Amino acid sequence: MLDILTLGFLATLLGAAWRLATPLIFASIGEVISERAGVLNIGLEGTMLMGAFCGFAASFATGSIPLGLAAGIAAGMAFGLIFAFFTITVKANQIVVGAAINLLGLGLTAFLFRTYYVSTGRGVDIARPVRIPWLSDLPFFGEALFRQNLIVYSTVLVTVLAVILLYRSSFGLTLRAVGDHPKAVDVAGRSVAAYRYGAVLIGTGLAGLGGAFLTLGHSNQFVEGITSGRGFIALAVVVFARWSPVGAFFVSLLFGLFYALQLQLQAQPMLNIPYQAFQALPYLMTIVALIVVGGKSAAPRKLGTPYDER
Amino acid sequence: MTMTQIERDGRGAAAVPILRLVGRAVARAAVAVALPAAAVAIALACGAVLLALNGFDGADVVNVMILGVFQDFRSVTEILLKAVPLILIGAGLCVAFRCNMWNIGAEGQLYAGAVSATLIGISFEGLSPWLYVPAVLVAGALGGAIWGGIAGFLKVRFQASEIVTTIMLNYIALIGTSWLVTGPMRDARAAYPQSARLFREAWVPDLIAGTRLHIGILVAVALALVLYVFLYRSSAGYAVRVVGINPHAARYAGMNAGRNMMAAMCISGGMAGLAGAFEVAGVTHRLYQNISPGYGFEGIAVALLAGNNPLGAILSGGLFAVLRSGSELMQITSQVPQVLVSIIQGIVILSVVAFAAIRIWPRRRS
Amino acid sequence: MSERPFLRMDNIHKSFGEIIVSAGVTLEVEEGEIHSLLGENGAGKSVLMSILCGILSPNSGQIIYKGRPLNIGSPREAIRHRIGMVHQHFMLVPNLTVAENYVLGQGSPLRLIHDMEKVHARIRELSDRYGLGVRPDAVIEDLSVGEQQRVEILKVLYHGTDLLILDEPTAVLTPQETDRLLDLMRGLVKDGKTVIFISHKLDEVMRVSDRISVMRDCRVVHTTRVADTDPRELARLMVGRDVLMELPRAPADPGDVVLSVEGLSCRNDLGLPALRDIGLQVRRGEIVGVAGVSGNGQTELALAIAGLLPIDSGRLALNGRDITGLSPAEINARAFAHIPEDRHKMGILMPLSLAENAILERYDQPPFAARGMLQRRRIAAHTRDLIARFRIKTPDEEERIANLSGGNQQKLVVARELARDPDFILVSQLTRGIDIGAIEFILQEMLKQRDAGRAILLISTELEELFAICDRILVMFHGQILGEVPADRSRLEEVGLLMAGQKAGHVAQEA
Repeated sequence: MLDILTLGFLATLLGAAWRLATPLIFASIGEVISERAGVLNIGLEGTMLMGAFCGFAASFATGSIPLGLAAGIAAGMAFGLIFAFFTITVKANQIVVGAAINLLGLGLTAFLFRTYYVSTGRGVDIARPVRIPWLSDLPFFGEALFRQNLIVYSTVLVTVLAVILLYRSSFGLTLRAVGDHPKAVDVAGRSVAAYRYGAVLIGTGLAGLGGAFLTLGHSNQFVEGITSGRGFIALAVVVFARWSPVGAFFVSLLFGLFYALQLQLQAQPMLNIPYQAFQALPYLMTIVALIVVGGKSAAPRKLGTPYDER
Repeated sequence: MTMTQIERDGRGAAAVPILRLVGRAVARAAVAVALPAAAVAIALACGAVLLALNGFDGADVVNVMILGVFQDFRSVTEILLKAVPLILIGAGLCVAFRCNMWNIGAEGQLYAGAVSATLIGISFEGLSPWLYVPAVLVAGALGGAIWGGIAGFLKVRFQASEIVTTIMLNYIALIGTSWLVTGPMRDARAAYPQSARLFREAWVPDLIAGTRLHIGILVAVALALVLYVFLYRSSAGYAVRVVGINPHAARYAGMNAGRNMMAAMCISGGMAGLAGAFEVAGVTHRLYQNISPGYGFEGIAVALLAGNNPLGAILSGGLFAVLRSGSELMQITSQVPQVLVSIIQGIVILSVVAFAAIRIWPRRRS
Repeated sequence: MSERPFLRMDNIHKSFGEIIVSAGVTLEVEEGEIHSLLGENGAGKSVLMSILCGILSPNSGQIIYKGRPLNIGSPREAIRHRIGMVHQHFMLVPNLTVAENYVLGQGSPLRLIHDMEKVHARIRELSDRYGLGVRPDAVIEDLSVGEQQRVEILKVLYHGTDLLILDEPTAVLTPQETDRLLDLMRGLVKDGKTVIFISHKLDEVMRVSDRISVMRDCRVVHTTRVADTDPRELARLMVGRDVLMELPRAPADPGDVVLSVEGLSCRNDLGLPALRDIGLQVRRGEIVGVAGVSGNGQTELALAIAGLLPIDSGRLALNGRDITGLSPAEINARAFAHIPEDRHKMGILMPLSLAENAILERYDQPPFAARGMLQRRRIAAHTRDLIARFRIKTPDEEERIANLSGGNQQKLVVARELARDPDFILVSQLTRGIDIGAIEFILQEMLKQRDAGRAILLISTELEELFAICDRILVMFHGQILGEVPADRSRLEEVGLLMAGQKAGHVAQEA
């Protein structure tokens, strides 16, 4: 029982946390970009499911993991296009459309999976762990942290890219302005709608990638509802991270740590803490964070509001 | 040309205002029914295309899903049984949405209600059913109302987005239920995680002997009517709507916006909690980890299709129950995966949204 | 008129549906001058300038700029033609820095921002040159309103401009900040720029302009050199004495004090002081007007009296009973009626019917509610009664109020408030955005209320409206009541000068 406190255990835990956080990191950073442009996409769950399924299907057909990942991203963006059309062009309520997207994602993936794949019972190859030279030789942590597959490592790259995009590119500057004061962007001669479309597509593409990781980098099978709420948790991560990509990375890691802890606890039945306590912790912490930071203080001012040109 | 325009142009009709009023009521009702009906038709058509594309018989959508489910008496009672939680939750959400409170947490509120109802239902042996059944139902409603009220309180007191908090509370309720049925409330004799069985006296009586249909369907329809009357005929409901339309005007009129928002969250939560109570006390008689197949989320679509009108929720709740039963039947008869229903629901919502936009657009341009 | 003006806007027409917002405006501006556009609210100044900088497109008319016809389709093109506008509502993104706001929308979106140091240097240089004190790395939301305005002006200069349009720039400034701004405008002209200054404040216009064009009723009615005019003439031109409507009325017979306000101070929603030590009384049977350029505390005065804005200090009493700190509901219950400034924001509920709008404050009181239920027959009968008495044009009481014209919507608000049988009626911007016929009807109704012994406080920026029905007029300036004038049209200029912050003594000197 005391092995819980050893360094080795801690290292394994951290490694698992990073792996479990990976889909959250992709989805939440995507959602940061979308929400920074003023678009709240509660359809992330359905979008991630599409990514998970299409990634699986493409990899199943071609045997290629990169193609699977690309299919996951494309599927996410296809759903993003539907979401963007209804929320930006039709100017419909973002929550309502998001709810529809979730139903569509859940239904479509389960329908197609049951129709074509469930009887095959076969899985796909999943991405293999890659040792990072030197780092993986570090004592204790090296082995556990730096023997992951490339998709897990790429979360760092995605975070860095998101920071560059949001804070170092002209596109990101305008995008942040779109979520805060769209009229100013309009007067400066840029199309608010185009930027929102762009933000939603990037966001849903990343959500699709996060979903595809589940089938191509984590388990080798698609299961109905495989995302098990990660799309919703990503929404919470964004709030908790106060709309910052780096924040989203670390908050996702924290949530990943809770997942890992909870799995470990389930494997250690003699411990007297119900694993559900750790399951519930991220959600409780999100609520506490909302209370502490105050609802609107860090949120883009026009989050959830369609832009009216007049 | 809309009906109102025709009426306004026909100035001569002013002599018979009652006729005109009736005419407009009919026109409004026609629009209120025709558009959702068109949305459902579009969704079913999309479903048929999807089936045809994937090697099934597209015509099944109509044959099985709509007509097939009415084949015998028992299947009709099963539809009504499924309609109970959908109508309850949908009608309750109408109140929340009318108050501009985006309660996404009906699923969690349903679980909170189911847990409370179970707690009461397994604790008092030998109570008279006349007392016990109402007690269980009230406990469920209270549990849901408190769960919804938490999100309302966080919104009013801390401006915490109810969208996020209700989603979080969903998970907390689901995880909490899972803990209860695997831990403190677990029936030690059962292999599967579940609570002890509710005492017989706490069971909701059947409406029709020999079927699973219980009196909950009557309660659901009655409560939907009550909520309609509340929203459109009572002073308190008027205040709820005013707060939802324009909080500034509500303050100007002397209303307490926060109190109304709390009320809307508690009412919608209470309805969802009651739905949970009916599931345990009327159908399963035990608490399980996944007692709801997503009724709470489906309720959002029910309210939306009803145009946030509790009366409409009776119809749309019934319709969604038909779709749900139909898709189950399709799975049995034609091996079409049952989840087709989710796809159809999603398309229904998007169609409703698109129609609303088409109605607004010409006005915007002018 | 010069041979070849720098800018000539010729016969500009613009309308939205039936509402005309520019009725054949002709305006000439010479190179290197400060040209003021003076006029009351709604005279068409902002619309004209929005057309000039590409936000609105005119229905007809021609613009000649630097000797060539100008066709501007978007604000971006205006910037390319070196025309820059500082909007009344700032176009600054609050969560970005000054420098980021300046480069917003510039260049290719795919470009990386690496040359921000250059941008910062350029901003510092320009800021020093004009003495603006703008820090390029400051985040907009941390700046005061005055600072933000300097950021806006510098933004226009940064993008390069020959013609600078300032839309009501002093409305949000303290007197000291205003002085600085006027100095800046002079400096810009010395630098070879041309400035169009939109204002309705006489004193500022007199101080800074080379030439002045007065707008009224969506037309330029007069253009003059500043040396050839005086505030008196400008005030007369602005208000257009000849179009004042004459409503027959008896002299007032004021009775007991109904509303009394003592030492009232409060802050606006930004936390800045908005009212300073306001004291006033309204008696039974009189209409007291509150005049003033918008933004001088009138909005806050109305909200504070109605209990909708917390007050810092002071005392409010209604019929001799203290109402300080009571909730809006409690104040409403004390024979208090309120016709709010912005009916769309507060007064009506657009998606609801006339009948549902007619009971807004009395939805839970008899006769409209009994045992918690709305009494629909009584509500309908009551609404039909209001429709008939106020000649509201609507098919019936079930019509959605959104389908009515602005005048008919306002009539319903007035009807609803008067039907509550109030002792005191608080009225803000009674006739804003409604047609002449409705204006006259509503003003007459107010006079009837006065003669029936009610006390009325009428807050308005429309002098015409105030002179038409008030018995005495208080003038607000910078959150204070600067003076009181009998509502006699011969005292119009006095009111105008008080609105500009000048006490009567100064007038005598200048005259």
